[in-house]
Amino acid sequence: MHFRLERRPQRSRLMAVLSPVLAIALALVTFFLAFAVMRIDPFRALYLYFIDPLTALWSIEDLLVKAAPIILIAIGLAFCYQANVWNIGAEGQLAVGATCGSIIPVYFPHWQSPIVIVPMLLLGTLGGMAYAAIPAWLKIRFNANETLTTLMLVYVANLMVDYLARTPWRDPAGHNFPNSAPFAGGQILPVIFGDSIRLNVLFVLITIAAVWFLSERTLTGFQLRVFGLSPRAGAFGGFNRDRMIFLTFLISGGLAGVAGICEVAGPIGQFRTVVSPGYGFTAIIVAFLGRLHPLGIMFAGLLLALSYLGGEGAQIALGISDQATQVFQGMLLFYVLAFDTLIFYRLRLVRRHPLELAVPAE
Amino acid sequence: MLNPVSVEGRTSKAPLLQAIGITKLYGTFTANDSIDLDLFPREIHALLGENGAGKSTLVKIIYGALQPTGGELRWKGKATAIPSPAAARRLGIGMVFQHFSLFDALTVTENIALALPKEMRNGLASTIERVSADYGLPLRPDALVADLSVGERQRIEIVRCLLQSPQLLIMDEPTSVLTPHEADHLFVTLQRLAREGCAVLYITHRLEEVQRICHHATIMRRGKVVGEANPAKETAATLARMMVGNEVLEVARPPAALGPVRLSIGSLDVATPDPFGVSLKSISLDVHGGEVVAIAGIAGNGQGELFAALSGEQTVERPGAVFIDGHAAGHFGITKRRNLGAAFIPEERLGHGAVPRLRLSDNVVLTRHRTGDELVVTGIVRPHKAQSIVNLVASEYDVRKDGPNPEARSLSGGNLQKFVVGREVDRHPGVLIVSQPTWGVDAGAAALIRQALIDLARAGSAVLVISQDLDEIFEISDRIAVISRGHLSPAEPAAIVTRESIGLLMGGVGEGAAAKPKQTEEAAHALQA
Repeated sequence: MHFRLERRPQRSRLMAVLSPVLAIALALVTFFLAFAVMRIDPFRALYLYFIDPLTALWSIEDLLVKAAPIILIAIGLAFCYQANVWNIGAEGQLAVGATCGSIIPVYFPHWQSPIVIVPMLLLGTLGGMAYAAIPAWLKIRFNANETLTTLMLVYVANLMVDYLARTPWRDPAGHNFPNSAPFAGGQILPVIFGDSIRLNVLFVLITIAAVWFLSERTLTGFQLRVFGLSPRAGAFGGFNRDRMIFLTFLISGGLAGVAGICEVAGPIGQFRTVVSPGYGFTAIIVAFLGRLHPLGIMFAGLLLALSYLGGEGAQIALGISDQATQVFQGMLLFYVLAFDTLIFYRLRLVRRHPLELAVPAE
Repeated sequence: MLNPVSVEGRTSKAPLLQAIGITKLYGTFTANDSIDLDLFPREIHALLGENGAGKSTLVKIIYGALQPTGGELRWKGKATAIPSPAAARRLGIGMVFQHFSLFDALTVTENIALALPKEMRNGLASTIERVSADYGLPLRPDALVADLSVGERQRIEIVRCLLQSPQLLIMDEPTSVLTPHEADHLFVTLQRLAREGCAVLYITHRLEEVQRICHHATIMRRGKVVGEANPAKETAATLARMMVGNEVLEVARPPAALGPVRLSIGSLDVATPDPFGVSLKSISLDVHGGEVVAIAGIAGNGQGELFAALSGEQTVERPGAVFIDGHAAGHFGITKRRNLGAAFIPEERLGHGAVPRLRLSDNVVLTRHRTGDELVVTGIVRPHKAQSIVNLVASEYDVRKDGPNPEARSLSGGNLQKFVVGREVDRHPGVLIVSQPTWGVDAGAAALIRQALIDLARAGSAVLVISQDLDEIFEISDRIAVISRGHLSPAEPAAIVTRESIGLLMGGVGEGAAAKPKQTEEAAHALQA
């Protein structure tokens, strides 16, 4: 006996909703089994990962702090993916955004004013956009595959950040640690709620609304969807494919850049060799888990932020490597893509020799 | 030579395949309602019906691509489950679909190899060459499918079935893409297969074909079998009445009152970068307001390139190569040409003229977002406005759909085509360029679409129709030109053009080259041998 995939006559709406739920459930089961094999109490591990962070106000705040950049980036990526543009290099665009925004606090630390954060955010956005424009141009001009170019540019950006933090931007008064001097005063994103909720949480809400409007109500959003579904019909509609490619890259790169500067000018507070624990990659999972829809992405972003937070807790309490978090995130993407197949196909159990089925039933 | 063999007393023989009470439900919709069908060896059996009558559902069940909700299939008298097309092929059932399932990036041989068991793959290229020449279906085994015309792609599908020596061959509207000459060849092939003992299930809505080659006809309407007939004893009119349920619409063609030239093509040259594409060579044509001009031709002779150059999907450097209502427009893209009052209807409905997974209202926005319909105001789409156009087009052009605003792909071929045509004609364009307006569309929808094109012309617009369907061309056009390997013959009044003269031009006589006709001659020789 074996299973076989059969094309459904219509795409299943039920599976479209169920797929992320099943993926999360199955990822949890696998996680549970993995802990059991490692002889770690799986119940306690799962509790530490997914429940414990939600039991204190400060850690819920922490959750939002971690979720904000992930959601911001994922919303930009969802734009690309809807248009069949596969930007997977948000991690690099984030790094360049963080770098460009840091120019002001690194070179002009004495420029203190309540609005200095505005040009910092602006530079961060433009940096992310510019860095995303490279693969966009390569795709349009040379038809270079953007999955490869965006991914490779991540390493270039990360090495640049590493170099800057170790050499030219290192704080002379920093005891040789590879960090810039701490950002201070108006060059830090202001806290708007509680102890650690900063202005960027507001950006997330604004972005969700703006992107929803752009994709659902405007001709630009319409064009993106048409190109994602049927490029030939897009050309027939008189839409410009190259412009659309550029636009998706600029939006996603810009949002990743904002997320980047908000990290260094927010929770981190200085420029370091590493500015993100992989938010740019996590956002890819979030975009798919959230069905490329702003609200879905918000929930998915909170879940994956929880896995980051829980991972830190579990590392302290049980000595589990923080790599386990990445294993969980990877499994999640794996399962959600696998279950997505079931939107268009159904699984059927078939007897071992399909040939026998072609003989009389009696 | 093509007289149907009389099969009196066909019931006394044992049927090859029997369908008994086949029912297929989609939710509350009954696509097939207790269908009975008997197919006999050596018989070409027509399955007649309008689009949406349930023919495709029935044959997909026979081919194992769909499972029936009720009823049973009997193969050589025994109840048989056909769970998949692979199982159907193993039984000896082959099918040529209306929409081909070929991989564009693979060669002819590779595409055929995919459907065959491993042991048949050795020396496949030469087998293909032999079988295809034998049956008058010339194919180059190493050609890329992407580079082939629709007609040639169909040959691949047919040859793919023939290689497996089927006992039952299902043909879904096979001639809709063929020239009369190609269709003749196909009929010879089918009749030879029938003589050799094969049963053929022939799905069509071309009545003259049923009368010409089919021995028996089953007529379906709205999911039910409404009649069986011996086509030899019926007239086209009686068959049509059974199929449509009422008298078929006649297309009315009042005399044309010629207005000024509204579409002018002047020495249009387009070189294609694709080595297998067709370059357009100095094409010139004037279309006046008030008339319908048709461009006939065999698939793959430059129709696609011409449509792209006229629509502006492919722009031309020289502005004067295309004039729309007196404006040089060769260098304009499609949106600017639309703004000059031109409208375009491409050959492919799904994926070119309409986005399958978008709703009808979104598909209105697709081509009318900048044509002064106020569908988009300062960059913001107004869905209600688009919906009102959908409602208008649906009632005006009898578009039957499920709900007020379904996805385009949920419409049957005929209804989607009525929608696509209605969407453009509703703009009252000064110039309409349409490719294959009624490809794979049932008789009722075809008549409605053709009437809409004529009415638009008679109201003063210039209508250019690119078509491979000669019946259609003679039914609607005032002047006829022929395209052959990128050359366009001068447009002659339809009244003085004969099918023979068009056939000669299609064969390349007008452009003075001889490679292609020689090929078909060879094929004809191979057939006679």
